[in-house]
Formats: sequence, C-alpha cells, structure tokens
Amino acid sequence: MTAALVTLSNVGKVFASGVTALERLDLKIQPGEFLALLGPSGCGKSTALRIIAGLAEPSSGRVEWRQPEAQSEKGGIGFVFQEPTLMPWATVAANVRLPLKLMGQGNSAQPRVDAALTRVGLAGFATSYPRELSGGMKMRASIARALVTEPRLLLMDEPFAALDEITRFRLNNDLLAVWEALGKTVVFVTHSVFESVYLAQRVVVMMPRPGRVFTELAIAAPHPRDESFRTSAEYASYCRLVSQALARAMGEHA
Amino acid sequence: MSAERPKEEARPRRERVLRILLPIAVLAALILVWHAVVRLYAIPPYVLPGPLLVLSTLMSDRAVLWSSLLVTLATTLEGFLLAGFGGIALAVLFNQSRLIEYSLYPYAVILQVTPIVAIAPLLLIYLPQQAAVLACAWIVAFFPVLANSTLGLNSVDRNLADLFRLYGATRLQVLAELKVPSALPYMLAGLKIAGGLSLIGAVVAEIAAGSAGAGSGLAYRIVESGYRLNIPRMFAALLLLSVSGIAIFFALSLLSHLLLRRWHESALASEV
Repeated sequence: MTAALVTLSNVGKVFASGVTALERLDLKIQPGEFLALLGPSGCGKSTALRIIAGLAEPSSGRVEWRQPEAQSEKGGIGFVFQEPTLMPWATVAANVRLPLKLMGQGNSAQPRVDAALTRVGLAGFATSYPRELSGGMKMRASIARALVTEPRLLLMDEPFAALDEITRFRLNNDLLAVWEALGKTVVFVTHSVFESVYLAQRVVVMMPRPGRVFTELAIAAPHPRDESFRTSAEYASYCRLVSQALARAMGEHA
Repeated sequence: MSAERPKEEARPRRERVLRILLPIAVLAALILVWHAVVRLYAIPPYVLPGPLLVLSTLMSDRAVLWSSLLVTLATTLEGFLLAGFGGIALAVLFNQSRLIEYSLYPYAVILQVTPIVAIAPLLLIYLPQQAAVLACAWIVAFFPVLANSTLGLNSVDRNLADLFRLYGATRLQVLAELKVPSALPYMLAGLKIAGGLSLIGAVVAEIAAGSAGAGSGLAYRIVESGYRLNIPRMFAALLLLSVSGIAIFFALSLLSHLLLRRWHESALASEV
C-alpha cells in the first residue's frame, strides 16, 4: 500500500461545551480511494471531516499529510455540506466560480466553471438562481463548486441525506462516474449502510460517545458499479455485513 | 416545478385586483361618510371642513403648500440618506470590531429610546434650525437601519462562512461577498422603516421649531394654520404629509423588490 494521503493519529476533539466528540481516532486516507465513514448520529463523523478539512482543530493527536504543503494549499480540498449551501443571491455559475474568485483566479475561471457544470449535468443552468433549482440540482451545483478547483481530496458530509431516494440513487451513480473519471480521493460521510456499500471501496464504521473507529470493511466489488450491482446478491451480502458491524458498534455502547 | 406555475399565477391575478380595489373602496366610502356628516349636521369649516373644501384649499393654497412640501421632503430625504449610510456604515464597523460595538452600541440605544419630541427643542437651541430639523430626522431614522443591518451581518450561513474560510478568503472578501449580500434583505427592511421615520422626525422638529415661530415646512404650516384657525389648510397640509409618507413607503418597497426579486423569499411572496 502506498503512503496515505492523510493520516489521523490518536485524534481527539473536545468541544468548548465539554462534550467529547472524538477520542483516539485513527484513520488513514489512501490516495485515490473512495472511503465511507459510516455511523449513527453523534459519532463524530462530521467533526472528523471538519478536522481533515482544517475547519476545526483537533484537541489532541495529529493530522499528517503526505505532502505537508497540500493541507495549506488553497483549493486542495473540496467540501460538500449536508445542505447545498449555495449563495441565494448569486447565479449557479457565480456560485461555482466562488472558490476560484476567493483564490484570486476569478479572471480565468470561465472555462473551469463551464467544465465543472457540465461534469455534474448542469450545463444549461449557469444563469439560474438556486431557488429555481430542485433539491437534487442544488446539490449538483454544490458538487460542481467543490470540483471547480480540481481538489486532491473531496470531503462530503452526508450530502444526499435530505434528498428523496430516486434523486439520491441518481446522484450516487453520477458521483461514482465523476470519481471514476477524475480519480479524486473521496471521503464520504453517511448514516446509510446501503449508500456506503454502494459507493465506497472501504467502509469505516464509527461508534458514538465518544466518537472513534469501531471497525472497517473492504467492499471488494469492482467499479464501475451500476444499478445491477445495487440489486445483486453480492451487494446484499455486503450490506448485511456492514449492518451487523454497525449494530455491534452501537450495541457495544448500549 | 413547471406544472405548478400556471395555477400559481391565475389565483394571484384575482387577489392582486382585490388588494388594489378593496382599499380604494374603503377610502371612497369614508370620504362619502365624511362629506355626508359635514353636510347633514351643517358642521362649520373651522370645526371640520368637508372633503371638497379640503380639496379646493389644496388647489387655492398650492403655492404655499407646494413650497412647504418641498422643504419637508428635502429634510426627509437628507435625514433618510444620512440615516441609511450612517446606519449601515456603523453596522459594518460594529461587525468588524467587537470593541467599537461594545463601546458605542449602548449610546445608539439611548438615542433611540429618548423620545425625539423631548430632544427636538434642545437641538433647536444648540443648532441652526435647518441642521436641528435634519438632526431630528436622522436620530429617529438611523436606529432601525443600524439594528437591522447588525442583525443581518450576524445572520450569515455558518456553512457558507466555513466555505469562505476553506478557500482562504480575506476579511474584505468575507464582508463584501458574504456578509453584505446576506444582510441586504435586513438592510432594506431597516431602510423601509427609516423612510417613514425620517418623515416623522422632520415633522416633529418642524413642529417644535414652528411653536417657536420659525420655519417653512409642511408641519410648520399645520401649526401656523392651527393658530389662525385655518382648519381647511391644516387638513390640506396633513393630506400632503400622508401622501408623502405613502409615496416613500412604496418607493422603498419597490427598491427592495427590485433588488431581491431574483433570490429572496420575501420578494417572492410580495410578487402576488
């Protein structure tokens, strides 16, 4: 195995309120992999993601990057929130352009914005405003914004949790297509067993109070995956395995 | 998404007509009752002039009333602009520096809660009359702009703020690209209140000045006409003040609608 892109060792996070969100979290993120962080609410998945992004500081432990300069490099990380988090006053194109603008690359942004919008299937909606889009399309715009800087690492915090199942399946497929085409490293936080198995090569199951890694399972089914994988016996058996692991993770706590 | 459209547009059309017609009908009814009462009870014009007399006074005294209206409107506009710019600038300053906010905010509140009617005579002693009137209009109007803008600047979506941080946005970028646009609906709400209040401030100061026997604005005309028992002219001046207030309100609502119509929920609702 090659050197990990990011290594979290013994990371702990205690909030100012005294709540311990993470304790002794160890996690290696391999370059190019699709990793799912699975766990019940309150297990610190989102906190771990924010720490990797540099949006939160760990209270203890270390976060190490294979290339230390990569962490501070602007635009090296794309982040997709649970909500689309678009600026309602700006068009879709202006929203996608934002990261480049903030990085001082706004002038040469147009081709990259167009490419990102095409990539997520929103090419015709550049001049629309977020409120004119459906929930799924807003999320696509949010993903385009995260991709526009061509980040090494894409962090996604339960991005499809608020969407209906039909839209979620379509976005799952489209996200896999993007990942297969671009070869980015993806860390995908979810509380859905089915979503984690469908998407990821590796599912890290976390347990709550305090948040830490319970176990991890490799999902060896080859990519590209599609609807036939979703209905296969292999998929079902992986889902059962992961569900049992999750049940144990929660049971051990209760 | 597209299927809902036609239905949504058909219902508002009827509602829009009703929203315009009903208030006009009420106004017409009130004027009729007013006219009838004055006629039936033969009320003398120095007690209550009828609507026709008010209208004819408006025409016959138009030279005096028009120039007074311009004076009052000029004061209102200047007070409003000062309040708008001052309120927004102060809110931005408060947002950028906690220390300045802690130091000055209590005094902004004190200025607001002290009744302007009580301050106006004092201002008239210490300031030239025109400046005092303007100061009154400003004091009354600036607080809603300040309070609303401050609220707006602090109501930024947390995730969006994180996103700006992730891409290394500068302080100025966060202010210009995130905080000010987020606060715009709040600022406009503050300005809408400030428009009416700056008229009230101007009128209060003119009345205070008028009782000292000086002035030229509409409110001064009302005081003066009161002294002379010229009640029809009082009514005519009052009518002009009301119409001005309504015009200011609509102008600011229109401005708000034009600026927000593409994205803000409030503008969507008022599209009806």
